[in-house]
Amino acid sequence: MTSPRGDAVSPSPVGRPALRTRPGLVLEVERSTPPVLFHAGEGFHLERLPVGSRVIYPAEPVTPLADPDAAIGHALANPVGDSEPLAALLRPGMSLTIAFDNQAVPLPPMRRPDNRQRVIEAVLDLAAEAGVDDVELIAAHGLHRRMTEPELRHIVGDRVYDAFAPQGRLTQHDAEDHDNLELIGRTPEGEYVEINKRAATSDLLVYVNVNLVAMDGGHKSTMTGLASYRSLRAHHNVNTMQHSRSFMDQERSELHHSAWRMGRMLGEHVKVFQIETTLNTDTFPKQFSFLQKREWEWSARDRASYLAVSKSLDRCPPRLARSIFHGIKSPQKMTSVQAGEVEAVHALTTASVYRQQLVPIDGQADILTMGLPYVGPYNVNSVMNPLLVMCVGLGYFFNLYRGKPLVRQGGVVIMSHPTPWEFNPVHHPSYIDFFEQVLPETTDPAEIEAKFEADFANDPWYIHLYRTSYAYHGVHAFYMWYWGSHALQHVDNNVIIVGGNPRAVRRMGFKPASTLRDALEMAEDVVGRNPSITHLHSPPILMADVT
Amino acid sequence: MKLPLRPSFPIGPPTWPTGVELQPPPRRTGVHYDTDWARRWPARVARAVFVDDLLRPLVAVLGSPLVTGLDRLADLEAPAIFAANHHSHLDTPLVLTSLPARFRHRAVVAAAADYFFSSRVKSAYSALTIGAIPIERTKVNRRSSDLAASLIDGGWNLVVFPEGGRSPDGWGQDFRGGAAYLAIRCQRPVVPVYVEGTRRILKKGAQLPTPIGRPFARGTGVRVTFGKPLWAQLGEDSRRFAVRVEAAVAELGDETATDWWTARRRAAAGTTPSLTGPTTAPWRRAWALDDQRRRRGADPTWP
Repeated sequence: MTSPRGDAVSPSPVGRPALRTRPGLVLEVERSTPPVLFHAGEGFHLERLPVGSRVIYPAEPVTPLADPDAAIGHALANPVGDSEPLAALLRPGMSLTIAFDNQAVPLPPMRRPDNRQRVIEAVLDLAAEAGVDDVELIAAHGLHRRMTEPELRHIVGDRVYDAFAPQGRLTQHDAEDHDNLELIGRTPEGEYVEINKRAATSDLLVYVNVNLVAMDGGHKSTMTGLASYRSLRAHHNVNTMQHSRSFMDQERSELHHSAWRMGRMLGEHVKVFQIETTLNTDTFPKQFSFLQKREWEWSARDRASYLAVSKSLDRCPPRLARSIFHGIKSPQKMTSVQAGEVEAVHALTTASVYRQQLVPIDGQADILTMGLPYVGPYNVNSVMNPLLVMCVGLGYFFNLYRGKPLVRQGGVVIMSHPTPWEFNPVHHPSYIDFFEQVLPETTDPAEIEAKFEADFANDPWYIHLYRTSYAYHGVHAFYMWYWGSHALQHVDNNVIIVGGNPRAVRRMGFKPASTLRDALEMAEDVVGRNPSITHLHSPPILMADVT
Repeated sequence: MKLPLRPSFPIGPPTWPTGVELQPPPRRTGVHYDTDWARRWPARVARAVFVDDLLRPLVAVLGSPLVTGLDRLADLEAPAIFAANHHSHLDTPLVLTSLPARFRHRAVVAAAADYFFSSRVKSAYSALTIGAIPIERTKVNRRSSDLAASLIDGGWNLVVFPEGGRSPDGWGQDFRGGAAYLAIRCQRPVVPVYVEGTRRILKKGAQLPTPIGRPFARGTGVRVTFGKPLWAQLGEDSRRFAVRVEAAVAELGDETATDWWTARRRAAAGTTPSLTGPTTAPWRRAWALDDQRRRRGADPTWP
């Protein structure tokens, strides 16, 4: 009997290969072009762009793997690079550590089962068969906040959580627990390689990743997720960020060069078996499917959904709207899985991400417009405060390019987001002080780094909250600002936020505008009359390949 | 009961000539009961309302179930065969209401023809409320298997209890090959399901149910665990496949009693506790059962 999937019989263990559906599109706006959707936090609106503007539409979600579990099994048994199959690396009496990415990816959180759950269960199945008893799982969240139990359960699944967490064998990395950090050494460039002691001293470290964007994965997984502050600051600094062009393009990213140097040093001390997975861009469930469609293809149902949802959200208390959006679980599905030696694995992963996300673009524009969503990597189940608006817009969206930025040097970036003067005091305590104390003095990233970072990073209260509560590390607010430093430098601080809280926007050194039309007029003061405009249409995510 | 005034033929029924051999009436119960009507739209809608709006709250009150393992069905396409261990009459409502809607609303339940279809009224009630189909459990019956296979081929999910009946003593019984046979014949997967705790509510022979757990407090009463769908391997016969299905249900039982990792390690080492319990004297089996229950944190009761 031949079974179509599972068990011992499967005609193709990796299932259907991930196919690309309709590729991305660059549309030149004409008089007949319908208004274009702009995301703006927990809402969205339609804007009419000037004739001649370009709108970049992402590719449609690629077809996912037909049988992800079989594909995972195949990847573990057929690793890439210089690595034996995982089963051959496991033996009784050994210590095995499984580290995994935290809730920052994917966005929004995917429906159960999460890729990490699938992979971790497959790894543990092999470990059980090999008789490995000493197994620990570590959530590799670096300087991010600790995860709550429901968040952990969502990622690893109830079975793994219930089996490991009660025994203290499912832990979260603590970058400030100096007794449980291991200094591996220093690279010739002086970077400290210091990671979680359990991970560093295990016979085998298995890292389980979800790659949402090209920046994720590779050596960066271990060298940020499991690292200490002094290790992280080697690449999380203004100089690195300004020389990462962009940090989504590993070849031209100083951030990645540093992480790669450090990761290679780590690889000489501990055997790392990397498992990376990629997702398609099927980001929102059916009710919000119009968000991912090209406007001229909206059906009557899409238009009705848009009107119903947007009008309801306009009348909805912000708190309720936020809880609705943060309750969304995306239907994203696995498009590839690869395992083995870190760099070989990551090359395949990056190719898969590019296959889904890259859209070729010809030339830069004077003005780049983009609608920012309600969620970024650092506000899952939380408020998108002004610093995070800056980070998502100028850090992530701006850097979603390969080659050249979408906007020319000295151009203008226009973002739409309500940018509320609102912070989650549990998750982002240091952000509040950063916003109140640091930004009124200066918005220059280099000056901020020199004058303030050490105080925040070593503040015992922030460290206490990071270790025992659900707070991001004291220095994390700085990283948000550094993340956008390349964009700030590139556009010379010419950033306009449409629909944002004017005080909050001005505090960050940006200009507030009530409407897109106003923003475009303001931008013309900088770039001159009749500017070229490019709009980055999202969701879902795309990456511009600018030549 | 005869009416005192029986109208005469042709208004009443004719008398049977004594010279003509009396034909037995056509059999309309047991495996001969025709359940087609119960799968037409009016009956399906009525059943959906009954299961979702009546059975589900009833199960929640009686057993406060905790359902786990549904994520294992995320990639599963219907139809499938759900094979569960069997302790109580409550198992069917419990499994049925625990299934995701895409399976639940197109599911039939393999029910003992000699019990659930012993009379016309009982048959109609079983077919309407839980979508029961009659299955001969005392001997091999082509009619039963053909019916079940044709329904699976037609896209219906089948809920089946391969033990063939409720547990007499709390331990499981050996799985029969019916579910495995159908899976091979129809080339569909078997989803192992482990049901725990229903015996404490309504065991075999009990007249009235005893609620356990706090009503509607999920996880304080019974548990249902769904396992990974199993496909028959190349050349595997139904007997061997049935053994594998039973082992999978036993592993789910171990997972429920301990945790997933412990269960996986025991499964890999071949030391998963069997569903059928130790082959010792009855009192020791009962003793072991109670011991197991104590470990799970349930109130101990003298066997």
